[in-house]
Amino acid sequence: MKTVRIAGGQGFWGDALDAPYRQVTEGPIDVLTLDYLAEVTMSILQKQKARDPNAGYPQDFLVQMEQLLPVLAQRGIKVLANAGGVNPTACSAALTDTIRRLGLKGLRLGIVSGDDLMGRLDELLQRGHEFRNMDTGHPLSTIRDRVLAVNAYLGAAPMAEALAMGADIVITGRVTDTGLTLAPLIHAFGWAADAWDLLAAGTVAGHLLECGAQASGGNSLVDWPVPDLAHVGYPIADVAPDGTFDLTKHPGSGGRVSVAGVTEQLVYEIGDPKTYITPDCTTDFTTVSLRRRGKDRVRVSGVKGGPPTDRFKVSIAYFYGYKAVGTLVYAWPQAYAKARAAEAILRTRLGDLGLRFESVHAEFVGAGATWAERPANLGDLPEVELRFGVRAPERAPVERFTRELAPLILNGPPGVTGYAAGRPKVQEIVAFWPALIDRRAVEAKVEVIAT
Amino acid sequence: MTKRTRRVPLLELAHARSGDKGDTANIGLIARAPEYYPLLVRQVTAARVARHFKGLVKGPVKRYELPNVRALNFVLYGALDGGGTISLRTDAQGKVLSTALLRMLVTR
Repeated sequence: MKTVRIAGGQGFWGDALDAPYRQVTEGPIDVLTLDYLAEVTMSILQKQKARDPNAGYPQDFLVQMEQLLPVLAQRGIKVLANAGGVNPTACSAALTDTIRRLGLKGLRLGIVSGDDLMGRLDELLQRGHEFRNMDTGHPLSTIRDRVLAVNAYLGAAPMAEALAMGADIVITGRVTDTGLTLAPLIHAFGWAADAWDLLAAGTVAGHLLECGAQASGGNSLVDWPVPDLAHVGYPIADVAPDGTFDLTKHPGSGGRVSVAGVTEQLVYEIGDPKTYITPDCTTDFTTVSLRRRGKDRVRVSGVKGGPPTDRFKVSIAYFYGYKAVGTLVYAWPQAYAKARAAEAILRTRLGDLGLRFESVHAEFVGAGATWAERPANLGDLPEVELRFGVRAPERAPVERFTRELAPLILNGPPGVTGYAAGRPKVQEIVAFWPALIDRRAVEAKVEVIAT
Repeated sequence: MTKRTRRVPLLELAHARSGDKGDTANIGLIARAPEYYPLLVRQVTAARVARHFKGLVKGPVKRYELPNVRALNFVLYGALDGGGTISLRTDAQGKVLSTALLRMLVTR
């Protein structure tokens, strides 16, 4: 039986716009997956939807699909994208318009929803679902009035169902990133709902694809320097029916696929490696075997899995407060000492003004902002950037702080520059509240429409 | 025969990648060669990593082993000044905690 080639085309909302097109045109693939959603993205989309009932999904998707659709239709490549955001219906309506405008016939759209619990939140709270914060243990009721978005992570099953119903393009709300890859494998190979090792293998494939080029040479500490990152090839999983797969990329593209580089992505953003939990299964990352199979080709095999838990992860976004961060650059000589002196002046001024903050934080970029370096080891640096930030529940003290940096240009230590960007902007903080919910309380909805 | 030992930064023996989930960070530490893995297991303990990041990481550090890919996974709680969007740090998402760990000196 032939393998299924799944290409990761987008690691996050804001990733390279042309990556999906390159995945589709630079070599043979069967499926394209596109991941647009991060925790904070959902709250931005909820805000957009509140202003306009037809908004609430990433517009990048439509721009990319306009270019992709003729090629997809011609080659029969399927697409799975969590581009529905908080409004999969509006997203699919807009995509239908695009398909019609391009004069393409016979494409079917699958829509997976039911993840968005915002409208059901009070009902669910009343029924005793507490949405306790997985980190702090606090119940959601403590911040109920500040909640901006509530989304359960759906798994691969409803997406596989949409494919089984004939969908060529599947648009979803919040689903697991790994599910986008697992679903077409379940569909193509008829993997059973309790074939844990196979589901786990597909989940590992999804985990390796979900961050785009980070699996094929991008941001790779071990492989650096990596050739031709300007044309980096995004990763492709070439999967066999038994779940074994090769991670690779299109020949001629930049980047590199190596065992060491793939290992970096395997351990990226995981907890207990023996129990990587998704709605579809539990995956044991300590069973994964990686082996070089050729240039830019790594064989992944041996993956073991088990049943999932009875709960879904829920991602909740809520309004937290305000922050602002400003910078000033101090030049040689004694750049570090001068940046330090400026910090001290700022702290004194903020104290004199009687402003109250939850946090005041200073860093010295170039002199240990990412690591507390001993000043004695620094030498007399050519320049140091003072990066000074404040955070508060109220807007007013943060707003007042933003006026305090500019006076230092004339009132502070000498050799200051780098302030052309002007006063720092006050930013609203949307924070993330991870929780779990009984999976029976969440009902995935699947529909497939002809265009 | 006495074996000569020397202190080297972890960077010589391992590579790493780190990331975030809320206010929790993880660092995957990977041996550059199979013979280095036992050394990592012995010397790069959760307690030592917690000391290494003292002041930066507020909560406990947990360590998991992945001998299949000769890697250790460290989970650092309360590591990101409240988490990605709340944090005032340059490295609000813990992306370079990986290289910060590779500064640690080990005996080889």
